[in-house]
Amino acid sequence: MTQMTFARAINSGLRKSLENDPKVVLMGEDIGTLGGVFRVTDGLQKDFGKHRVVDTPLAEAGIMGTAVGLAYRGYRPVVEIQFDGFIYPAFDQIVSQVAKMHYRTQGAVKMPITVRVPFGGGIGSPEHHSESPEAYFTHTSGLRVVSPSSPQDAYTMIQQAISCDDPVLYFEPKRRYHDKGDVDETLEPGSALPLGNARVITDGRDVTLVAYGPLVKTARDAAIAAADEGVSIEVIDLRSLAPVDYAALEASVRKTGRLVITHEAGQSGGLGAELAASITERCFYYLETAPVRVTGFDVPYPYSKLEMHHLPSLDRILDGVDRALGRPNSLSGLEG
Amino acid sequence: MLTDEVGQGGTPAVGPGNSTGHRGGASQNLVQLITPQGERVSHPEYDPWVRDISDEQLGSLYEDMVVIRRIDAEATALQRQGELALWPPLLGQEAAQIGSARTLRDDDFVFPSYRDNGVAYCRGVRPEDLVRAWRGNASAGWDPFTVNVATQQIIIGAQSLHATGYAMGIQNDGADCVAVAYFGDGATSEGDVNEAMVFAASFQAPVVFFCQNNHWAISEPVRLQSHIHLADRASGFGIPSIRVDGNDVLAVMAATRIALDRARRGGGPTFIEAVTYRMGPHTTADDPTRYRDANELEDWAAKDPISRVKSLLDRKGLLTADLEAAVAAKADAVAKELRAGTINMPEPEPLDIFKHVYSTPNSWLDRQQDHYSRYLASFGDPAGANSEEGAR
Repeated sequence: MTQMTFARAINSGLRKSLENDPKVVLMGEDIGTLGGVFRVTDGLQKDFGKHRVVDTPLAEAGIMGTAVGLAYRGYRPVVEIQFDGFIYPAFDQIVSQVAKMHYRTQGAVKMPITVRVPFGGGIGSPEHHSESPEAYFTHTSGLRVVSPSSPQDAYTMIQQAISCDDPVLYFEPKRRYHDKGDVDETLEPGSALPLGNARVITDGRDVTLVAYGPLVKTARDAAIAAADEGVSIEVIDLRSLAPVDYAALEASVRKTGRLVITHEAGQSGGLGAELAASITERCFYYLETAPVRVTGFDVPYPYSKLEMHHLPSLDRILDGVDRALGRPNSLSGLEG
Repeated sequence: MLTDEVGQGGTPAVGPGNSTGHRGGASQNLVQLITPQGERVSHPEYDPWVRDISDEQLGSLYEDMVVIRRIDAEATALQRQGELALWPPLLGQEAAQIGSARTLRDDDFVFPSYRDNGVAYCRGVRPEDLVRAWRGNASAGWDPFTVNVATQQIIIGAQSLHATGYAMGIQNDGADCVAVAYFGDGATSEGDVNEAMVFAASFQAPVVFFCQNNHWAISEPVRLQSHIHLADRASGFGIPSIRVDGNDVLAVMAATRIALDRARRGGGPTFIEAVTYRMGPHTTADDPTRYRDANELEDWAAKDPISRVKSLLDRKGLLTADLEAAVAAKADAVAKELRAGTINMPEPEPLDIFKHVYSTPNSWLDRQQDHYSRYLASFGDPAGANSEEGAR
């Protein structure tokens, strides 16, 4: 076990992938000599050369579209989108090309592309630097969407994403980059929890609380706080946003009868809506109450002095738990 | 010389040609080796690149052009008869497609648009595979790796980036093959094509951008897309360009060979503007009489790429009855194969809809497939399950 930051764990996972497979190529803006704006790719160009770790021109569609061509040629590109809000210029290449190529060619052309997206808020950034665009991609067939929440998962999941023959969007919770944790670098990606599986972070009996990426830590803190009040929360780290490990969610909800979902993205059409609907379909007779969502608001990501109001906090999550439990909460007395 | 030497925005062409564009920048003369009347004209710079084309090969190029025109006509007829949902005709662009595609090596890789059926034909794509997607029986007609041609791209210009990325891979592999992106004049307005040129120039990738300026992007004339010759745009990216008569099969061959040779020798990308004309509609769904002047079509009909090479063969005494008969027989045979292949194409199975979304199983999708297959089974009668009205 080695103590390392989240960012360092991704770096270490990328290094492993570069070592193990000569077809792995990293591409992105500033990822070479600078080591990325968050230093996630620090030192990799120096050790693997400019053809394995490519500083690209500043053009997101260009990065994504050339990655498609490299995949055609048998490479496994790992693309860095510098910030969440910069992914939109690459949107067409991702949803019309990367996602559909395997289907379009009836399996002849694989797109083993990993798209690394530092995402989410909480770091006091200006506009376009704190967004949670995951639902655009979970809505697109052919893409896998994942988000690690701990250094250990960051380390293994990046390697699993790179070795996956499907395109994977790998959403990195940037406000957790500097969090430290134990990482077992001897853990082989093949023997770790598979990429598509959710994980129970804390066992509980009263409420199932589903989170992913940056909010897993907040959700766990909420569970600890709730325990002091005698409420037992089962926190599930979704890990894979598409496809969702419904078996894990169903098992938990059948036990607790209550579901709270939290994410930073706005509520309407968000992943929480999908989880709530799907779990309701699958576990309707087990649910004691309607699923509850604690999410960002349906507003453009606010300027940083207000972002603490937008981001689900420990207290807002606990308020949601109270709603699920029918305990007094901020909406008590409100009809509907 | 073609008659459109006035710039697309009405700007007169300036200065003497810098036809291989080594220095770029200047508006370029149109490279031409066969006049519209079928006269072979010499060009010191380009002649050496087609010196090896024998009489027999010239006849073969003529045959290819006739055959793809026939494929085009047959596919258009099939569409009119309700056998295809749509077809994008290439009528008028035969020289651009045959002249360029016939210069490629097997290990070169082509990234075509939806209109480049002549290119696909040259690479060995079977006639019925050209129409599979237009019939609605598949998203794409062929396995790209069996013919080294990516599937037809519908998003305008997206494939230019794929070609550039593929070329970056070639570079990494130390190979000397080339990636070729085919696109039209409208695509040069798209961000993807411009980003592709940035990447290609930055990395000196072995890619050829083959732009068929057919003068129309559906109903929008090229002057709406550009106020300079499209070839001149390349110099802004640091990419040498050639502006070639796209209705002249030999000139297109020469230009493409120059570009391929440069790429193979590590000289980086080249942009070719093949100046041609789409004589038919954008697709069988539009009506060009609504947006363009009949006189324009007439002008271009006089520069027809097939009659031009036919006249050349005639001048050389090569247009024998035997050749004509052989070419006609070949065109008939391919058209027959296309028709039979289209009409007899097996229908896809309902559950094929779920295949190949992912390369590995997906529990989400498996569940949907399971549910839908139960739904289909509930009809008992497979024919009823396929009916839109259903059995109820």
